[in-house]
Amino acid sequence: MPAVEVKNLRKEFRRSDGRRSGLRRRRERVEALRGISFEIERGECVAILGQNGSGKSTLVRLLSTLLLHDGGSATLFGHDVSDTRAVRRLVNRVSVEASFFKKMSSTENLAYAARFYGLTVGQTRDRIPEILERVGFPAARRNEAMEDLSRGMQQKVALARALLTQPILLLLDEPTTGLDPRSKLEVQDFIREIRATHDATILLCTHDLDEAEALADRVGILDDGNLLSLEPVDDLKRRYDADTLEEAFFAATGKAFEDEKPEEDEK
Amino acid sequence: MPGTGAAATLRHELIGLAGVFERNVYLVKRYIWWDVAFFIWTVANTLTIVFIAKGIEAGGGQIDVDEVTTILLVGAVVWAYLGIIFEILTETVAWERWEGTIEYTFMAPLSRPIHLFGMGLFAIVYGVIRAILLFAVVALFFHLELAHANYAAALLVLVVASISFIGIGMMTAVLPLISPEKGTQLGFVAQGILLVVSGVYYPVSVLPEWMQALAKISPATYALDGIRDAIIDGAGVGAMWSNIWPLLIIGVVSVPLGLEVFRRGERYAKRHGKLKRSG
Repeated sequence: MPAVEVKNLRKEFRRSDGRRSGLRRRRERVEALRGISFEIERGECVAILGQNGSGKSTLVRLLSTLLLHDGGSATLFGHDVSDTRAVRRLVNRVSVEASFFKKMSSTENLAYAARFYGLTVGQTRDRIPEILERVGFPAARRNEAMEDLSRGMQQKVALARALLTQPILLLLDEPTTGLDPRSKLEVQDFIREIRATHDATILLCTHDLDEAEALADRVGILDDGNLLSLEPVDDLKRRYDADTLEEAFFAATGKAFEDEKPEEDEK
Repeated sequence: MPGTGAAATLRHELIGLAGVFERNVYLVKRYIWWDVAFFIWTVANTLTIVFIAKGIEAGGGQIDVDEVTTILLVGAVVWAYLGIIFEILTETVAWERWEGTIEYTFMAPLSRPIHLFGMGLFAIVYGVIRAILLFAVVALFFHLELAHANYAAALLVLVVASISFIGIGMMTAVLPLISPEKGTQLGFVAQGILLVVSGVYYPVSVLPEWMQALAKISPATYALDGIRDAIIDGAGVGAMWSNIWPLLIIGVVSVPLGLEVFRRGERYAKRHGKLKRSG
């Protein structure tokens, strides 16, 4: 049984175009995912590359039960995503924004997250300090409010939050975007460690070509809601007769990786 | 991770419920001085209403000042209590959306009813503590003679009424998902409508007939009546049964209705991508 099995998955949103038809605001349909299909094997790390607006975050949100799809299917370890209770026990996520209650400390934020996964005060008393230590978070700062921590520190706590619940599928949605080079490397090292020490399957959505190449077993290119390819980096380069992943991306999409769509298109 | 089965599921849900309560305690601790400031505002607001009794007397009105003061005080305390209940329930979505944590909370394996009950439980505990303090401060300020008051019975009525208030609060809690900018304010609309038809500072009998009909289905009507009977006349639970049973019936209807409204709102948000903070 694959860890993730996605078949012809479709999602569209309606967006106001700013014009009116009578009293009603006119809305146009925007297809975020246009029937994508792929599988991820247990223990595999798959990276999905795409510009803003390509559908990466929509895919992550659909797999995290935060969106309802309009067609096709997605199953995680044999559970359809509509079976939210079963799926949610298996999955956790780290996104580009390390979202926390900013006045609460890292320990308090992690305790809140842990309770939702059934972890008692007794269980988290030791586990939270342990996991914060593992991600390289300084013990002296455990009781500081999150708003006083750097972005890199906050992202480490976000990783700790995801790992605290022992997910077997980790969804990483641009986990290193906006981090300084040192923090980025630390987070990437930690992702490698998770792969080495946990029985975790990882779906990594990223802008960072080097990160995808360094971490993933297979790399997919998502463009305008279409999954153009999903294969090992070397196969991808060979298929598009490219020396680098960036060249392969350009050959596949006809777009330079830096040519971003407007941010509001990202769903 | 916890095992499967009904007992394990129940345990998991109860831990989650305690987690919601625990998080709210953390937030109260972190924002304690803001809470103190808000409480001072509530006391000032309550005084502006309760002084009306002395104003009527000063204007030559023939009233029992202590009784009218107490009637107004109960109305103001219930108003403040209802405001807290709705505010905390609305924060289920509004605060988490503002912090950006809502997606993490909503993808966690805790059932939404338990999540909402956790918020409701905290709202009742926090609201009751605040209501008691507010009542005590203002009663002391006016040197009210309340030797016959049955505080335990008044508290019981407030807690029973809270079941209905929580149900209605769940309905308003989903509004920030549909309109992140303005949804929260609709909680105030619900609070105002509920209290205006319920005789918050006046007898229901002075209302137009159509408003009196609405008063019959408002839990605040029975809460205000019952609490006033307990505080002013020292009525016991038995004497207040006529107020308690309607509250139980409204509660039995409003809680499932509130959960269903929230479920539909959450589904709408997931269909249209509204959980996302900027979406």
